Amino acid sequence: MSRPIAAKKRKTVEYTRWGYFFIAPFFIIYTVFALIPLISTFYNSFFETYRIGLSQVGPNFVGIQNFISVFTESKIYIYAWNTVLLWVLNFIPQIAVSLLLAVLFTSSSMNIKGQQFFKTVIYMPNLIMASAFSMLFFALFSDGGPVNSMIVNAGLVSEPIRFGSSVGWTRALICIMNFMMWFGNTTILLMAGIMGIDNSLFEAARIDGAGTGKVFFRITMPLLKPIFVFVFITSLIGGLQMFDVPQILTNGSGNPDRTSMTLIMFLNKHLASRNYGMAGAVSVLIFFVTGALSLVAYRVTMRGYRDSGATN
Amino acid sequence: MRKILVALLALTVATGAVGLFAAPKFSDGGKVLTIYVWNDEFQTRFKDYFEKAGLVPKDVTVNWVVTPNQDNAYQNKLDEALLNQDKASPNDKIDIFLVEADYALKYVNTDASLDVMKDVGLTKADLSQQFQYTKDIMTDKNGVLKGVSWQGCPAGFIYRRSIAKEVLGTDDPAKVQAQIDSWEKFDAVAAKLKAKGYFAVSGYDDDFRVFTDNATVPWVDKNGKIQIDQNINKWIDQTKEYTDKGYNNKASLWSAESSAGAGPNGKVFGYFGPGWFIDFCLAGWSKADPKGPDALGNGTYGDWAFAKGPQGFSWGGTWLVAAAGTDNISLVKSIFKKMTVDQSTLTAIAKDKGDFTNNIAVINNLANDKKFGNKFLGGQNYYGLLVDSAKKISRKNITGYDQGCTEALMAAFKDYFDGKVTKDQAWGNFYTAILEKYPNLKK
Amino acid sequence: MSQATSRTELISKTALTYILLVILSMLCIFPFVILIINSTRFHSEIQKGFSLAIGSAFGQNWTKLLSDKNIPIVRALLNSVFISTCASVLTVYFSSMTAYGIYMYKFKFRDVASNFIMIVMMVPTQVSTLGFIRLMQQMGLMNSFIPLIIPAIAAPVVFFFLLQYMRSILPFDIVEAARIDGSNEFYTFNRIVVPILSPAIAVQAIFAFVANWNNFFLPLLILNSKEKWTIPIIIAQLRSADYLKFDMGQVYMTICIAIVPLLIIYLLLSRFIISGVTMGSVKG
Repeated sequence: MSRPIAAKKRKTVEYTRWGYFFIAPFFIIYTVFALIPLISTFYNSFFETYRIGLSQVGPNFVGIQNFISVFTESKIYIYAWNTVLLWVLNFIPQIAVSLLLAVLFTSSSMNIKGQQFFKTVIYMPNLIMASAFSMLFFALFSDGGPVNSMIVNAGLVSEPIRFGSSVGWTRALICIMNFMMWFGNTTILLMAGIMGIDNSLFEAARIDGAGTGKVFFRITMPLLKPIFVFVFITSLIGGLQMFDVPQILTNGSGNPDRTSMTLIMFLNKHLASRNYGMAGAVSVLIFFVTGALSLVAYRVTMRGYRDSGATN
Repeated sequence: MRKILVALLALTVATGAVGLFAAPKFSDGGKVLTIYVWNDEFQTRFKDYFEKAGLVPKDVTVNWVVTPNQDNAYQNKLDEALLNQDKASPNDKIDIFLVEADYALKYVNTDASLDVMKDVGLTKADLSQQFQYTKDIMTDKNGVLKGVSWQGCPAGFIYRRSIAKEVLGTDDPAKVQAQIDSWEKFDAVAAKLKAKGYFAVSGYDDDFRVFTDNATVPWVDKNGKIQIDQNINKWIDQTKEYTDKGYNNKASLWSAESSAGAGPNGKVFGYFGPGWFIDFCLAGWSKADPKGPDALGNGTYGDWAFAKGPQGFSWGGTWLVAAAGTDNISLVKSIFKKMTVDQSTLTAIAKDKGDFTNNIAVINNLANDKKFGNKFLGGQNYYGLLVDSAKKISRKNITGYDQGCTEALMAAFKDYFDGKVTKDQAWGNFYTAILEKYPNLKK
Repeated sequence: MSQATSRTELISKTALTYILLVILSMLCIFPFVILIINSTRFHSEIQKGFSLAIGSAFGQNWTKLLSDKNIPIVRALLNSVFISTCASVLTVYFSSMTAYGIYMYKFKFRDVASNFIMIVMMVPTQVSTLGFIRLMQQMGLMNSFIPLIIPAIAAPVVFFFLLQYMRSILPFDIVEAARIDGSNEFYTFNRIVVPILSPAIAVQAIFAFVANWNNFFLPLLILNSKEKWTIPIIIAQLRSADYLKFDMGQVYMTICIAIVPLLIIYLLLSRFIISGVTMGSVKG
């Protein structure tokens, strides 16, 4: 009796070792191409390394000098603020519109036709190359571009709106582009979430006389929390890394007055001029900021996830 | 040889830099000629005058590596490539690279550039007809010439004849000049233009170079401290005034809006610029049909003329530099000779492209040639106007940081002209950008 | 509430919904309409102002762009296709492999590994770019495609998707049965498990392809020479080079080439792609 079990146990142990085999490539590649670079970045941030013309300065050990420069001389807190602002101004309309659309699409009473067509259209911008999309908007909204041409001809304004010179408009264009690229994706995810809610819950609520609003807030929203969590976290992480769109739109300057310069654009400036010391310091700071934010977001929403008693 | 060693030693001690390479300075017989540029200006002239003349050996391919200038991208790329020159494979080795006055100094004083006379093989006689300042800029501290150019860049004001007739009553260059030969007079003309719905200049940066070229103080002093010449302040104030009074169309340099001002529907009176501005920029911008003839009637082509303007100045200039480590030395020599020394080539470039070519004899001939007229300028022969100023140009105040400083200043102050920031904020942004680009400088 | 009012309420709600949908659809479509129209017009026509009339310069803009040696667009297209294909294949294959390892085998550090990957998902990749570039410089891999392809093997997000998918449809006994039949674990994975996962793998491959196609930040820093550029780098050139904007027809044509091919593929596969958004990421 004991021998077959022992034999089975041994075999199972042998098999479980295969787990290491399967996950090995991931961990090896990750260590070499992500972990080591991360450590190297931290290491580099303590050195002064840059170029003047053709000659190289450093690497000279300077301790936390780079970090001090970043805090006192650069305006990193402004870029951090820009990054968060640009994300919030995009995310709030996006989640509102997506929720609305998701509810409307799945509404049994309204039965919207042509859903496949609409879904295809609203998802389309998601696949567009962000940099090309931004270049397109740059051309479209330039002082002599098509949009100005149309609104002047239509008599809506007397002279062209200088979108690129306006803080509000530049930021708005960035948010509009991000909104367009992601709201389709969010809508589809939320739709799937709603369709996953047991219909009997809605029936019961209706029988109890609950109006649309109550149904939405008391049943739909809480049960959507897992999806909401997912969307919120992925959007936040993506938003903190925003680069392509503002970089191309403002040609790397974040102008006017650096109001649209994001954290990663700032990092890119140092990387491009090969100032490794400063780039290292900025990278470390971004790492901690985004890491902390992601952790907080994760904790808060996971708690909500557990509390809402979501399906296993 | 010893002079170069001493220079190298001094450079190493002074900057604590790692020693520059010790590979053979040049060789011959390479199969690929690699030229680093930031736009297609030299490319087109090379094609039209060197390649078309069949001067590229049959077994050699010409590889153009183009990196736009903006944000120091071209310089960064060039620097990387030069630093890797020893390790590069023969086909990838840089043979020629172009530099602008704005950053020429960076390369003149290093071992990355070859001696034009000793290494490339041009003679004193060859170089005798070149304008002095084009040689001075590219001469290192030991008196070695490191680069040559095919163009001189004395500049003036290129204006629309038809607008001049309408607003000033004449389009004759001498008479127009009389009305704009000082800044006060220019301001008055700007007001007249505005009254008739025209812009004096296309935007913010048009007369930047007029002011900076007449500056007396370099951007950076020898201790690495950034200095602001008072002419720059003058430019800022004038541009703000022009913007507020509506004398310009608020465009930025090289933008589509700026170029549209010269086009068929353009309302800009004129542009400040040298010879290369005529062919490389205005000619293309002015035409309604790009494939159409280079003649009056095609957009605003031919409706222009050249005047000296309120202040003499020079702008830019492109120099050819032979890279140390090149493997095509004799081809490099023949390119340098044909494109910057040979008088018939330089005459042709002047006649076809309107460039102010870098040869005193050629320019004098052209100036005295009563039959020669530039089609774009409505048949005007503008060379005579500028010969003297070309001889007087001095570039003793250039530094290796000029390009970065210029760009940063224009970008920072665009916000000020747009009314988005105060002057102090603009200055703050300027310094931030400069210190990012050049961490070794000080405020 | 009476039948009548609730019916009118319903009709007006429906009408408003359609209006909203139409507005959003127009928003999504209008930039591309202008893009295509403007790429058929001459630079001078574009400068004059916008009109809905299709121009006749499509052919000319196209040929001019293709023959412009300073914008190697065809080369860039090929480069982008090559890199994206290789990277996405590596991503999906190794992500399924890793997910399979975590899912199927209860080895000692399983939870540690799984949590590690989840944490790693939160770290934005750009913060290690500096170290990455220095490493590539030391390895002599700058200006090569390798740094853009090999690291794709470790893709935490795709791993996560595939793990979820496996949890919902992969039964343990399939593997037990295969073992009894004598196939080794790796063989089982390749011949039995992967085919089962193929819908999710296909969809993730498409998403990975698109992500790599649009990748901008890293290639910009790694790829130096004209021959190696990918499409996003060409777009960056377009934006920064002053002389390239002297012909706006060409600019629009370049953007067209950057955007349209992927759009066409999307339209052909739209149902599949959209269904893939929710595959495995939503329980039940």
